[in-house]
Amino acid sequence: MNVRLYVWQRATAAVMAPLVMVHIAVIFYATRHGMSAVDILARTNGSIAWAAFYGLFVLAVSIHASIGVRNILNEWTPLPERRVDACAVFFGLVLAVLGLRAVAAVVLP
Amino acid sequence: MNAKLAVSLWRGAQNGRYETYRVPQRSSQTVLDVVTFVQRHIDPTLSYRFACRVGVCGSCAMTVNGRPRWTCRTHVAKVAAGGKLEIGPLANLPVIKDLATDMQPFFEKWQRAKGAFAPTKTRHDAIAAIEPDTPARRAADAAIECINCGVCYAACDTVRWNADYLGPAALTRAWTLINDERDGGNIARLQAIAGAGGCHACHSHRSCQELCPQALNPTAAIAGLKRRTAAAYLKGEIKL
Amino acid sequence: MIGRAVKHRDSALWIAAMVHRISGLALAIFLPFHFLTLGLAIEGEARLESFLRWSDQPSVKAAEIGLVFLFTVHLFGGLRILVIENFGWRDGQKQLAALAAALSALVAFAFLMRVF
Repeated sequence: MNVRLYVWQRATAAVMAPLVMVHIAVIFYATRHGMSAVDILARTNGSIAWAAFYGLFVLAVSIHASIGVRNILNEWTPLPERRVDACAVFFGLVLAVLGLRAVAAVVLP
Repeated sequence: MNAKLAVSLWRGAQNGRYETYRVPQRSSQTVLDVVTFVQRHIDPTLSYRFACRVGVCGSCAMTVNGRPRWTCRTHVAKVAAGGKLEIGPLANLPVIKDLATDMQPFFEKWQRAKGAFAPTKTRHDAIAAIEPDTPARRAADAAIECINCGVCYAACDTVRWNADYLGPAALTRAWTLINDERDGGNIARLQAIAGAGGCHACHSHRSCQELCPQALNPTAAIAGLKRRTAAAYLKGEIKL
Repeated sequence: MIGRAVKHRDSALWIAAMVHRISGLALAIFLPFHFLTLGLAIEGEARLESFLRWSDQPSVKAAEIGLVFLFTVHLFGGLRILVIENFGWRDGQKQLAALAAALSALVAFAFLMRVF
């Protein structure tokens, strides 16, 4: 961990704090109303707001989680630094790609 | 009192083993008394370190039943559950022999964190007038009583997991100097603690604070350093 | 090697830090699967719907409650860290950590009530 990664880690955490709370509220709402796929997709399809919300969430979590995983790999495994960096970057990219694909899946009509 | 304690002491270097000795139990006995008894009356080849015996020098720090402590200030009655004691050298440091560790890595990291005062005046200048109650001076004073005993370093998981990590003591000293308005070395110091192994490696487990015999709070000092380095980085005063 | 568990790891705050790390790791492992599931919607809503039906099983719901707990505890643990690092030191950290755990449990419990 260094100052640059630290700033990114904490900044994305701060950005996500309110996003997480909204997401929990969404989960509760969806389960309370027993929403089916049709219901959910009806709400999200074509919605710029949901696209922006979850798009931001995905990007922030990709950065945040990959830095966290990097710390764990550095401290708890004997992997060399370069390998750890590569794994962390790869993981971040996987999250970003899969995440944005998921956002597209529910937002694009 | 004829009761005896079963005391396991680490013998050997990095690869060694615990050996058990029977030591007479006395009232008001410290762990250092126990170790000294073994060396004087049972096995003179035991190696250990101490100096003042009264809790002001920090030389006698060892791992007692799993925790790093000053042995001269640890009463046996408080820690020897069921008449058993396990005493080993401080963790996270190379073992020289038995209960004595090599403190060199600890002090090297002290230097790497730029824990040395960088003067800005000479003897020909007027003495600096430092107000004792400014926030900066209060922050420095709260952290200044470190006597380099190594207990926090031995307690820290991050030191154990991350060979580069400078450790709570070195960083706390850096914090006192950063808050010292007479010191001129802050940019270099912030630079030194902003890389891998610097203050950002701390996870705020607070083992250091919990175990510091001087009741210092390295976690708070390191939190302050995180803020200062982040601000300096964002302002472009330091680079990675 | 002197291998002996260091005793002070029964401190509440050490446990809080470990819970924070483990919950983060668990969420990191879970996330790709979560994204893949949502991505099923690309194949049409029927595909997503059949997954949602599958996830109605009690065992899956139980796992979801666990996830909500992990999510909330990671959030509160993170907020605690942000407070430690950005505001003046305050005592009462143990109480804060306990509060964070309790609130997370509450949220997970509320979720439990909703799905069963």
